[in-house]
Amino acid sequence: MSVSASTAAPLKLKRSSTTALAWRRFARHKWAVVALAFIILEILIAVFADAIAPYDPYTSDYTATYAAPNAKYWLGTDDLGRDMLSRIIYGARVSYSVGVLSQVFIVLIGLPIGAIAGMVGGWVDFAIMRLIDVLSSVPGLLFYILLMVALGAGLPNIILAMTITGWIGIARLVRGQVLSLKESDFVRASRSMGASTAWIVRSHIIRNALTPVIVSMTLGVPGAMFAEAGLSFLGLGITPPTPSWGQMIGIYQTFVRTSPHLILYPSLVLAVTMLAWIVLGDGVRDALDPNLRS
Amino acid sequence: MGRYILMRLLGVIGVLIAVSMITFFLMKAVPAGPFDIMAVANSKSIPPEIKQQLMAKYGLDKPVIVQYLLFMRNAVRLDFGYSFFYNGQTISEIFKNQWPYSIHLGLLTMGFSIIVGMGLGIGAAMKQGSWVDYLGTGVSLFCLATPSFVLAILLQLLFSVKLGWVPTGGWDHPKQWVLPVLANSLGPVLILQRYTKASMLDVLHSNYVRTARAKGMPQQTVTFVHIFKNALTPIITVAGPMLAGLITGSFFIESIFRIPGIGQFWVTAIQNRDYPLIMATTLAWTAIISLTYLITDLLYAAIDPRVTYVKEK
Repeated sequence: MSVSASTAAPLKLKRSSTTALAWRRFARHKWAVVALAFIILEILIAVFADAIAPYDPYTSDYTATYAAPNAKYWLGTDDLGRDMLSRIIYGARVSYSVGVLSQVFIVLIGLPIGAIAGMVGGWVDFAIMRLIDVLSSVPGLLFYILLMVALGAGLPNIILAMTITGWIGIARLVRGQVLSLKESDFVRASRSMGASTAWIVRSHIIRNALTPVIVSMTLGVPGAMFAEAGLSFLGLGITPPTPSWGQMIGIYQTFVRTSPHLILYPSLVLAVTMLAWIVLGDGVRDALDPNLRS
Repeated sequence: MGRYILMRLLGVIGVLIAVSMITFFLMKAVPAGPFDIMAVANSKSIPPEIKQQLMAKYGLDKPVIVQYLLFMRNAVRLDFGYSFFYNGQTISEIFKNQWPYSIHLGLLTMGFSIIVGMGLGIGAAMKQGSWVDYLGTGVSLFCLATPSFVLAILLQLLFSVKLGWVPTGGWDHPKQWVLPVLANSLGPVLILQRYTKASMLDVLHSNYVRTARAKGMPQQTVTFVHIFKNALTPIITVAGPMLAGLITGSFFIESIFRIPGIGQFWVTAIQNRDYPLIMATTLAWTAIISLTYLITDLLYAAIDPRVTYVKEK
């Protein structure tokens, strides 16, 4: 009995799952943990915006237009007397919807296409790669702008435009992963031991290819938020009255002389959010695959 | 080598054709035409017959594919015709008048970014863990997290509105160049800092640097002759396309600081459905960027004898 009890403890340690190991590596990055907490907080704020926002973001108080931050309106009011804090809180919904949803769609489309190109090879691979070459030859921001003008402004169309341009990167990444994993020693070893292709794809290729995909998704979120803010800033993204951080910066730019608080707070929130995602992405990369560290 | 260049040039032509098709058909898919926009702008309505005549005059009544072929027939002769919006100006005239602003802004940004970005990168690599290294990391995180248009407006807020040191916009006086260049250099500084640091660190640990040190060479000779010269080559591969991206203008910086460059004209052209200007600018940009990639690759091979694009027999 005593023998089995003494061996049980080290065995248990050995068996700690890859997720737990990754979490332990992640937790070592203090800043990444802070960033994660901040992001979770922002997501909660975005989800429960109705309950948290002190005012309705669409209702005007014409007795207090262009109000500087004060006790009643913590971050002041805009040109139409709408509460800035509430507008920024509702703006988080747009940023997070675009940031997260676009990455989900990008992976849903890019991952299978890249995996098929890598696994099947031959003319299928050739055709997919030429399509990717053509699409990626259009300068980035230009493509977004043209797509947005053609599709029309609005949240679903922004996500659509990001997906149309964004799947290319993931497909390329997954294809490269699959090609190199196919030739790796452990895949050869399991094939020589009689593993079926389906089993190899399921338990070796997808699992190993997933790590860079998750890293790229995390780092893609601030990229998508950035693009949404830019498009909305140019007036091609989210149409008023729905508030978005980039759009607020664009619209309130006119009042920069008289009411600088209108520009300042959306800018700060946008920059801090992007920073949090970037720090989180770095932490996730180091935690999931220490070899990827640059 | 000649064969390689030829193949690459054919590739550039292929890219140009692909981009021209994507842009043309997307542009035509945009709702409302140039005359609708003009009518709205002048708050007049154009009678349908007259609009029909206008459409016929500009060839806009033909099927889209015919319009595309007609456009391409003139485009290969570099004839992009007249702008729909800027009365009586040809596209070449608009390019000649507006593009220099973008090139000027781009070159200033490039110069500033090289000094700051490469300086921080070299400092960070030579003295790892020192304040220069931390400053570099801080600056690159800042560059990564702040969109250029946000920094542009915040700079405007601080230095033009609050302090009144520089004007909020324009491009006539060197004073007006400071803020646009600063805001525009976010991306380039970030890339140059990271690449310089990584590339220097790579070389720093190579055998020939260790040998040079072991031979008792002075530190400065090792730093500048052995390390920096070799670290420079990979940086050229990012600096080339970066320069191309910079001289093709910026939508955000040009519109925020009211610089009449080509980037701002492109955005306005889209709003006005100025088809010839949209197409010509997009194609000119694509050509510049793809040719720069080609030149960069050739230059890289010329500088670094280890790089070759032709299989040796």
